[in-house]
Amino acid sequence: MKTLGLIIVGLVGAGLVYATIDFPPFGDPKSPASLHVSPRYLEKTVEETAVPNAVTSVLGDYRGFDTMFETTVIFCAGVACFLLLRIPRRRSSGPRQYRHRLTGLTFRIKEGGEIFLPLREFEPVDSIWTPHDFIIEKVCRYLIPFIQLFGLYVIAHGHHSPGGGFQGGVILGASIILLSVSHNLRTALNRMGEKISALFSPVGVFIFAGTGALCLVLGYRFLDYQALAALLPGGPIMARSHGILLVEVGVGMAVMGTMVWIFKNLASRGRYDEGL
Amino acid sequence: MIWQLDLLILTLVVLCGIGAIMIRDLLGAAILFGAYSFMMCLLWAIMGAVDVAFTEASVGAGVSTVFFIAAVYHTTRRTKD
Repeated sequence: MKTLGLIIVGLVGAGLVYATIDFPPFGDPKSPASLHVSPRYLEKTVEETAVPNAVTSVLGDYRGFDTMFETTVIFCAGVACFLLLRIPRRRSSGPRQYRHRLTGLTFRIKEGGEIFLPLREFEPVDSIWTPHDFIIEKVCRYLIPFIQLFGLYVIAHGHHSPGGGFQGGVILGASIILLSVSHNLRTALNRMGEKISALFSPVGVFIFAGTGALCLVLGYRFLDYQALAALLPGGPIMARSHGILLVEVGVGMAVMGTMVWIFKNLASRGRYDEGL
Repeated sequence: MIWQLDLLILTLVVLCGIGAIMIRDLLGAAILFGAYSFMMCLLWAIMGAVDVAFTEASVGAGVSTVFFIAAVYHTTRRTKD
């Protein structure tokens, strides 16, 4: 069976390599894509949408439907992960661990046991106990605001430089994941709870589709951002630029929410009590 | 495009891909996939597709590696086959 699989993989690989010989060479100016498609966008993008980065304008404006359903696919991935993994059990049975905040002593409380000291002096600890790493915690704590600022910059500056909603959203989500990895899942849940992360992804998709529907209401086609000129200053060309920004914010929110949501479900086996 | 650099990164991509399949330790496979994504990101950047490189670096090398590690953390580090 293994050799058969290897032969099939080898044959398919050889076929793919053989097919690439027919491709036009890399950067060939006479290939069909370079003759008709790319020049149209590279020449007209700035005068039609006032966006210097052609990739952003193609993704957000000319191929807006494509990006909208990509965002929907990401939302669906989050929902699928949630439906597969989430276990709606609040109290975990078995012994629990607590750390005294001031002394660092760890207590193991048996099932049904209680602490007769003020609870705010204790913090819950995962059952697979990992030592308190001061340097990692502090470095991550000071790094995370800058990571989030960079994520916002990537979303907002996608018109002029590489980046956009998708990348910025992933960076924002990764900052929350870093908080969870460097501290514990509970800290990340206190910062961004399950409801917020689960709400961010549909709201992002809604912002995207809502921008398109707004254009429809204003008498233009779906996702034709020229319609927004009636609401925003700057005329129809700047309206397309602003429309792309609105859509990118939607994508960023959806991606950030979904990444954090999937991570929490995966890392805690859907229990949301402890994990990575 | 410098073809020596291109060839070096392409070799590393192939090595990381084969290594990720062959290795018995699943955590190692996840890390090798991260390295693979990072090399692919460098290739995209060399070919001038900076936006794709950015996406590959953030999604492929960053978040998906964390997802793999979270999945390995709750299952097993050893493959059965």
